[in-house]
Amino acid sequence: MSQHKHTHAHGDDLAHHHDIHSELPPDPALRVKALESLLTEKGLVDPATIDAWIEIYESKIGPRNGAKVVAKAWVDPAYRRRLLSDGTKAIGELDFLGRQGQHIVAVENTPDIHNLVVCTLCSCYPLSVLGLPPAWYKSAPYRSRAVIDPRGVLKEFGLELPEHVKIRVWDSTAEVRYLVVPERPAGTEKLSEEQLAALVTRDSMIGVAKVKAP
Amino acid sequence: MSNPALMPCADAALQPIRRAEGEPLFAEPWEAQALALAIALQQAGCFNAIEWADALGAAIKRAQAAGDPDDGSTYYHHVLAALEHLVQEKKIASAALLAARKEAWIDAYEHTPHGKPVELR
Repeated sequence: MSQHKHTHAHGDDLAHHHDIHSELPPDPALRVKALESLLTEKGLVDPATIDAWIEIYESKIGPRNGAKVVAKAWVDPAYRRRLLSDGTKAIGELDFLGRQGQHIVAVENTPDIHNLVVCTLCSCYPLSVLGLPPAWYKSAPYRSRAVIDPRGVLKEFGLELPEHVKIRVWDSTAEVRYLVVPERPAGTEKLSEEQLAALVTRDSMIGVAKVKAP
Repeated sequence: MSNPALMPCADAALQPIRRAEGEPLFAEPWEAQALALAIALQQAGCFNAIEWADALGAAIKRAQAAGDPDDGSTYYHHVLAALEHLVQEKKIASAALLAARKEAWIDAYEHTPHGKPVELR
């Protein structure tokens, strides 16, 4: 995990006794330690809360929450209507862990409309339903090209849409995040809600993929 | 990580989108800690989500201007830079204080025998 970069650029030459002291973490890790210790002293953060947050995001929240929302919308027409009219509230019904107060708008794919989500500024993302965004979502190529050439981007993800399909690109902000409700694949009429949720991928809820039948 | 095709150039933003299946959420623990600190400060009311997104967006632009590939692999460096920037802007801690504290940690690491917990002296 740690790269143990020995950046002894601060005066005395310690290069000769690397082995006796603790290995120096990389520069950003030291800067984070500086911030965390100062903020803790000021009573602004609690290290236990920080650890709990990391644990939640690493293990408890991921795209499975979003997949449950989508599967429920597929099988329950009343829920689908509530989700599309007030995403934040409908997602709230499912009582997931995570950040409160994020407005989430659910946008539905149809045979004629395909929705694609991006954050051109930074990395705004519906954390409570999709967890943390993949690296490509945060990259400059995706952030700019999703807007300039969405069809080309989708092709790069292996999704070629027929010409008649209109692509809507949603630029997320700190205030509004988007969740794509992908189309339910044909031939899944007999599957249970749980089995359907297992088919729904993170990429399909960002809008760079379709959900495939099993 | 350092694909020469993604090195800074005028249209870095027009490069192919680099994807990796099953990548870990965080490459190193400090990445998770930096993000968690940003969230904790928002919850403590030090700044709001809009200020955070603006600071992160600005940090990304500054990094791009300085030649960062901005291909997603350096994202948490931007998070950390934005956090340091906002902490200074909100007068929570000055640049000098942050630098001094970092030096104190370096000092602690260099004076703690291997295997012992590292604490500020």
